[in-house]
Amino acid sequence: MGLGVYLNVAVAGVLTGLVYGLMALGLSVIFGVVRVVNFAHGEMMSIAMYIAVVLFSSFHLDPLVMLVPIAAVMFVFGYALQAGLINPFITRPEHSQFLLVVALAIIIVNALLIIFGPDARTVQTSYAYDSFEIGPVIVDASKAYAAAAAIVVTVALFAFFRFTLIGKAIRACADNYTGALVVGLNVNRLYALTFALGAACVGAAGTMMTLITDVTPALGPGYTLLAFVIVITGGLGSMPGALVGGVLIGLTEALAGLLFTPSAKSMFAFGILVLVLLFRPQGILGRRLT
Amino acid sequence: MAAMIARLTNGLSRRALGLLAALLAVLLAAPWIANDYLLTVLIVILYLAYTGQAWNIMMGFAGQLSLGHAIYAGLGAYIPAVLFTRYGIGPWVGFLAAIPIAALCGAIIGFLAFRFGVAGVYFAILTIAFAEFARIGFDHLTIVNASAGLFLPVAQLSHNDLWRLRGSPTMFYYVILAATVIALILSRLLLRSRMGYFWLAIREDEQAARAAGIDTFRYKMYAVMISAAVTSFAGVFYAFFYNNLFPEQVFNISRSIEMILGPIIGGIGTLFGPILGAFVLTGLAESVTSALAAFGVDLPGAKQIFYGICLLLVVVALPEGIWPWLARRLGVAERKR
Amino acid sequence: MTALLSLDRVSKRFRGLLAVDAVSFDVPEGVIFAVIGPNGAGKTTLFNMIAGAMAPDDGAIAFAGQAINGLTSDAVCRRGIARTFQLVRPFPALSVEDNVIVGALLHHRDVGAARERALAVLRRLDLFDKRNQIAATLTLPDRKRLEVARALATEPKLLLLDEVMAGLRPTETDRMVATLREINRESGLTILLIEHVMRAVMALAARVLVLDHGVAIAAGAPEDVVRDPAVVRSYLGTEAL
Repeated sequence: MGLGVYLNVAVAGVLTGLVYGLMALGLSVIFGVVRVVNFAHGEMMSIAMYIAVVLFSSFHLDPLVMLVPIAAVMFVFGYALQAGLINPFITRPEHSQFLLVVALAIIIVNALLIIFGPDARTVQTSYAYDSFEIGPVIVDASKAYAAAAAIVVTVALFAFFRFTLIGKAIRACADNYTGALVVGLNVNRLYALTFALGAACVGAAGTMMTLITDVTPALGPGYTLLAFVIVITGGLGSMPGALVGGVLIGLTEALAGLLFTPSAKSMFAFGILVLVLLFRPQGILGRRLT
Repeated sequence: MAAMIARLTNGLSRRALGLLAALLAVLLAAPWIANDYLLTVLIVILYLAYTGQAWNIMMGFAGQLSLGHAIYAGLGAYIPAVLFTRYGIGPWVGFLAAIPIAALCGAIIGFLAFRFGVAGVYFAILTIAFAEFARIGFDHLTIVNASAGLFLPVAQLSHNDLWRLRGSPTMFYYVILAATVIALILSRLLLRSRMGYFWLAIREDEQAARAAGIDTFRYKMYAVMISAAVTSFAGVFYAFFYNNLFPEQVFNISRSIEMILGPIIGGIGTLFGPILGAFVLTGLAESVTSALAAFGVDLPGAKQIFYGICLLLVVVALPEGIWPWLARRLGVAERKR
Repeated sequence: MTALLSLDRVSKRFRGLLAVDAVSFDVPEGVIFAVIGPNGAGKTTLFNMIAGAMAPDDGAIAFAGQAINGLTSDAVCRRGIARTFQLVRPFPALSVEDNVIVGALLHHRDVGAARERALAVLRRLDLFDKRNQIAATLTLPDRKRLEVARALATEPKLLLLDEVMAGLRPTETDRMVATLREINRESGLTILLIEHVMRAVMALAARVLVLDHGVAIAAGAPEDVVRDPAVVRSYLGTEAL
């Protein structure tokens, strides 16, 4: 196989990885601030994906256009979830919180299965088969657009946390829960807001993902695990880490799919997870938590 | 014999023993009372009770959350199955071969996790990763027929062959019932042993346990290995009862989650929790599917949603599980452990 | 007579901070030895190094003639050093009796024998009547006694007590002092304690070591040490002299 094929696959992997990165960013935000291990992350992404699919097949609305509305819907969903169900659990032991979210994940996956059935749905946009040529590399148009949108959303999120007052308040909560309370921040509301932002990220990522892959209910759990692999690899609590991790995993998956069999590509992601957990548990860009 | 029974039942009130005896009597008589469908449901219940008990050893006693227990059942299923279909080796011998391999698998996971300080939720994620690894791996393994599935020959016998585990549902029922009873006795013995005390100490506060001289690494390893070995028998049963194995199903995370639902709903760390949980969960789930079927509704995934809802309700409302609450009502509260 | 516990220029650094600076002292067998000093003096760090919770950066710790620096905390306990924690850590869901049985099981492999030993220790510490109570429901003084009981059940040659009097009222303090004195007198158990409560230190300790900012600034009999100018200065400031 010539270098050209590797290059194309690698580029495709990086582009997909950027969307993965956005998904993982949502998880990183949620875990980094609210400290909830959101085991329903991939399932939430499935919800967004199905919304995009339905909007496209019923109303021919392009996912790129629906990006913001779907993200908004997921925002509300996430807010309600945190405020209504998870906030009361903040003081419970770790296992309880975790199992709560696992229960949600199970319910979501199977609800989607019942509503939409197991068959794959696709979003066939007008540009689905277009591609660009940049030098020796052939780039899929849909992947390129999806990645570009992912970058835009990511930059917006970074800006929010850096420059807005609420963003700073959220970072304060993450750094010091009690301190934030003492200063008068409404931590519960901020937690709900953060979860909502994480959900919005996942909503955006999911919408973009429909341009890249087919949608089935079974994708949910797979994405949850992938999100965790990425976040742990890139570094818990590090937002740039989530992106780096995403690109790394996207790249590895793509190349592994090329060099070995496509169905074995997840094995590499897991291999990386095990290696990271053992040898550099704080991840590539993470800070060592004492 | 009398002394042994006395040791086992020490600490249980008269009432508890009475209830236990009654339950056992009913279960022993089940094949005569129940119809075929109900018998199959009971087999599923006991299967989940068994695996729940095995998982409980690791979680309830030693406090390590494993969400990838399907890997041990999977190994317990495939190894004897391959030995049987290829070399005609009986399942009980196959089980003997599977035990050390399952225990070794547990030891590897345990070693990697405990030596490197991977705990809590991260440990859970690690176990999931291993199970997924096995699922994808076996999906490509030719010796087990990969994703096409491994099928055991189903012989139409006029009698039950216990040695080769070929026979009527009644035979399988008694096998799994015996296994569950043995698992229960084993758990009780373990809990009251020196190792059992050490496990509880580790579960409660690992650092304090170390300060009391307990080699926590070693005992956590024991917990994982024993739990793995006990779980592997469930795999043997599964393989020879259902006669077909697909990596996609056998190692699926859904299997792991099914295994933990019983103990969580019934009560982690308690002796009767997993069994009660299995009864409640499967009993209700089957009722729901039957009710739906009666209305002509066939929803794949309805049972799973039901499991999810049960888990949600238990975590929110009864975090200790149903058994502690029920036990207090019945006046048979176990001596708090 | 060689000392039971011997520290030789033990140091510990945390990033830039030198928490313990070349501290040396000997604890003779059968003695009750107290380590005192203002907050942040490095006392608990010292303890943690002896107990194996952390390893010293420099220096050597010897117990019964053998080096123990670098051993894990469970190995240290098996050698014969038991410890309590500043913020008590009983096994919350277990009963008082079970808590102590865990300790007794270290040297008594049979659960029945361990139970006997545990009950004896509980009687000694006046917790026998509460043996079936769940540890999480105990009052603080009782929890402290439980912690000491569990440590004693491991049959140590040296008992490390980390601020065991903290939070106790004077009567409870006196009770604990009396119990410790009794145990030391009857079994010759060596006790090394960190203490802020001077009432207890004066009543218990035969020898005292004073730490300030990680450095040993005085050592000797309690009456002498409390009058030492360096000690007074470290606690109360130069004005107090």
